[in-house]
Amino acid sequence: MVPPEPESQRIGIAAESTAGETRVAATPATVAALVALGYHVVVEPGAGESSRFSDAAYEEAGARIGDPWPAEIVLKVNAPSNEEIGRLKDGATLIALIGPALHPELVEELARRPITVLAMDAVPRISRAQSLDVLSSMANIAGYRAVVEAAHAFGRFFTGQVTAAGKVPPAKVLVAGAGVAGLAAIGAARSLGAVVRATDPRPEVAEQVRSLGGEFLAVQTGQQASSDGYAKATSDDYNRLAAQLYAEQAADVDIIITTALIPGRPAPKLITAEDVARMKPGSVIVDMAAAQGGNVAGTVADKAIVTDNDVTIIGYTDLPGRLPAQASQLYGTNLVNLMKLLTPGKDGHLVLDLDDVVQRSMTVVRDGEKTWPPPPVQVSAAPTPTAAPEPANLFDVPAKSPRSARSGYALVGAAACALFLVTAFSPPQLIAHLTVFVLAIVIGFYVIGQVHHALHTPLMSVTNAISGIVVVGALLQIGQASTAVTVLSFAAILLASVNIFGGFAVTRRMLAMFSKG
Amino acid sequence: MTTTTAAQAAYVVAALMFILSLAGLSQHRTSRSGIVSGIAGMVIALAATIALASRSISATGLVLIVVATAVGAGIGLWRARVVEMTGMPELIAVMHSLVGLAAALVGWNGYLDVEAGSHAGQEITGSLLRIHHAEVFIGVFIGAVTFTGSIVAYLKLSARIKSRPLVLPGKHALNLGALTAFVVLTAVFVARPHMGLLIAVTVIALALGAHLVASIGGGDMPVVVSMLNSYSGWAAAASGFLLANDLLIVTGALVGSSGAYLSYIMCKAMNRSFLSVIAGGFGAPAAASDDTDHGEHREISAEETAGLLRDASSVIITPGYGMAVAQAQYPVAELARTLRERGIEVRFGIHPVAGRLPGHMNVLLAEANVPYDIVLEMDEINDDFASTSVVLVIGANDTVNPSAAEDPTSPIAGMPVLHVWESAHVVVFKRSMAPGYAGVQNPLFFRENSQMLFGDAKQRVEDILRGLDATDAPARAMAGTAR
Repeated sequence: MVPPEPESQRIGIAAESTAGETRVAATPATVAALVALGYHVVVEPGAGESSRFSDAAYEEAGARIGDPWPAEIVLKVNAPSNEEIGRLKDGATLIALIGPALHPELVEELARRPITVLAMDAVPRISRAQSLDVLSSMANIAGYRAVVEAAHAFGRFFTGQVTAAGKVPPAKVLVAGAGVAGLAAIGAARSLGAVVRATDPRPEVAEQVRSLGGEFLAVQTGQQASSDGYAKATSDDYNRLAAQLYAEQAADVDIIITTALIPGRPAPKLITAEDVARMKPGSVIVDMAAAQGGNVAGTVADKAIVTDNDVTIIGYTDLPGRLPAQASQLYGTNLVNLMKLLTPGKDGHLVLDLDDVVQRSMTVVRDGEKTWPPPPVQVSAAPTPTAAPEPANLFDVPAKSPRSARSGYALVGAAACALFLVTAFSPPQLIAHLTVFVLAIVIGFYVIGQVHHALHTPLMSVTNAISGIVVVGALLQIGQASTAVTVLSFAAILLASVNIFGGFAVTRRMLAMFSKG
Repeated sequence: MTTTTAAQAAYVVAALMFILSLAGLSQHRTSRSGIVSGIAGMVIALAATIALASRSISATGLVLIVVATAVGAGIGLWRARVVEMTGMPELIAVMHSLVGLAAALVGWNGYLDVEAGSHAGQEITGSLLRIHHAEVFIGVFIGAVTFTGSIVAYLKLSARIKSRPLVLPGKHALNLGALTAFVVLTAVFVARPHMGLLIAVTVIALALGAHLVASIGGGDMPVVVSMLNSYSGWAAAASGFLLANDLLIVTGALVGSSGAYLSYIMCKAMNRSFLSVIAGGFGAPAAASDDTDHGEHREISAEETAGLLRDASSVIITPGYGMAVAQAQYPVAELARTLRERGIEVRFGIHPVAGRLPGHMNVLLAEANVPYDIVLEMDEINDDFASTSVVLVIGANDTVNPSAAEDPTSPIAGMPVLHVWESAHVVVFKRSMAPGYAGVQNPLFFRENSQMLFGDAKQRVEDILRGLDATDAPARAMAGTAR
């Protein structure tokens, strides 16, 4: 490994001071990536201990073990304590989960120091920033872990079995909220063999739920699609119908996992005390929104409680931290991706570009100046109802402008008039033929409209064979009248026969060649 | 039930069978049952017609029917058995011409039968007679246009005449003049039928058909062939009106509209209107963009290509007419098979107008036993090029030209093309640096990720196969000693 140049900036990896936190902002693998970007990396002694990363492993990856706080850049998982803020050096950059919307007082505190702060939980939900989106990567882990916690507390199988000792029904799991965490929970619960149902106010996620093997329970209202990728607060009408749905489901399912979060707001209450009372003894609820007040009545953050009717409500807020090594690895990778974005020269120098919407959105404090909240970003995490213009071509194609509706009507109208006149002035026999003719054309268009591109040639050769039907005309004319007619008919029959037999035969030959791999 | 009503009933059944047949032909799964219903419909229709005709015709007539059918069937089955799949476009064009000619003959018969007064049977009078005049005239016209149009298409496809568009002075005026003459002559003929008029319109139609197709260039052939397919249907429908036979009308309309729809698909694939294809002369404005300096193209050898393919994780092959010309479909299929055995994802990307016939490439690849589920259409595969390691462009040029998507001044601007240039490596198989059919230089050849493999496509692909084998041999030998 090339040793970074002396003027390179230092990145400090601080040990987490928050009680119960098991994660760390860098793993040996991500340290190597940071070193490759040209930085010196300093890891606080024992920072990776609870994620099972030894100091030696960090040193091997190119880091130095020492005090991280004098570094120009400090990476952390959780928001710093006031004491930690004080230890940052002037002009330093701090990157961590800040929660600026929920903790305005923390932002004020940070802005008192001449430092720059980037909040990893303020990454906008746009495709380009997906690799930085720590909320997604943590939610994924949490969703999985929620199912594992539920399975642990639930005294039965998830999967249904038929054994010599009798039948075991599968567990029924309801997942409220099909975001990243919800989808991870659906997938994990499905893999364990449970029957999984899911609800979400955004109808567009139904497909994703089904793709993981879950059943989507729609609340039948006119809820609009999400425009920023997050669920919005819901209407009263929706809430009433959803409450009904939860009441019904609570009596039926064995496990409920709630994931409903609205950015910057307390978590919505989805499951009432009555719903909990309705559940069967032994049922389990995992409330993944416990940190924001919980989706379930009676949730206690960081605790698993058992209600009077023997329902376990789990309110752990450290679900990602319960898989510390992987959570650290994913968080660390998110940080590496951010550092790549912030280090355009790959020279160990952080450059913050506030014209970039991703960097602007994350920047909470800029050189001691509060820059929160950022201007709103309209993003494309979900298909918007108004179809976005297709960026398929790099320039305005000189294609024919779509015919305006009016001239389209005019054309159809003119055609209808012409057909009307032709038909109206025809004798009855011709009208019958015209009717058949017009309908057959329409049928032809619809029948061919779905044709597979690979079958164009066989289709043409079979239509060739079929149009040999003109032989019928010649058959009816032959031998009826003059020699001339008979001779011409003979020729016509011969020609059409070539078509009929040749056309069908060659089509059969071609179709026999098409085979599936 | 009389013979007549039984025949009518049989016609209805036959018409439904034909609809089922076309519907079946639109999917692989149902295609074989589609052809069975087509044959069944034809058998029913012919049996009914012969039963109907046998009431009134002489024994000689019956013998003639049997002889004509036997000879026709013999020729048809023979051609169908021996035709090369690369020669499908020619065969299809010939078959169109036969339908056109048969329809024209039926039209002439209608005239000889009724207008020339040789018919002894039922009398047609009044407005019906005038309609009959018009039907004869229209039927002969469409049939004759189809006939010569298809013949010229056949000659172009089989390279017996140059495929360059024929540009006569005032060619649009010629076409329009022929159409006007047709309308005027029809009016006169309806008023006072005369054999001279019918001869005149036949000659005009023959000339129009020949000129129409002669002035369309070789690259537009997919449109021309499907257009002629449509015409042959309309010709059959015209015969149906002439003979007051609903089965002919239905069948003709089905074939006519399906051909028209195919033409529409082809035109859309070239971002051109149907009229501009018919008007022809696409090759003309070519030279303008040739002056620009595209830079240097780079060559690659077959062995190097084999190395590139060995390290690839996914490969897309985009064949064009050049693959058909070089008869390279078998080695190409072999290459695809070899690569797939090594765990490399291989797919084919087919541009709708690749080749000289709608679906031409699919048939060639099917002939060489390429499974159809790895043969994808442009729209299905275009988004995948960016994640592809190597693209092999075999005998395609305009359909992979990036200037269609990037250069608004290009003559082919706006034509949907395969976005091969988005992949990591592009290897272009080509005989020389000559531009494609459209006469437009292809900037693809000069891209940084493109390399040219010159020579006969078939030989080059075989060289690559040998290159792949050669690199295997030492590996196998080593594995052997290790054990």
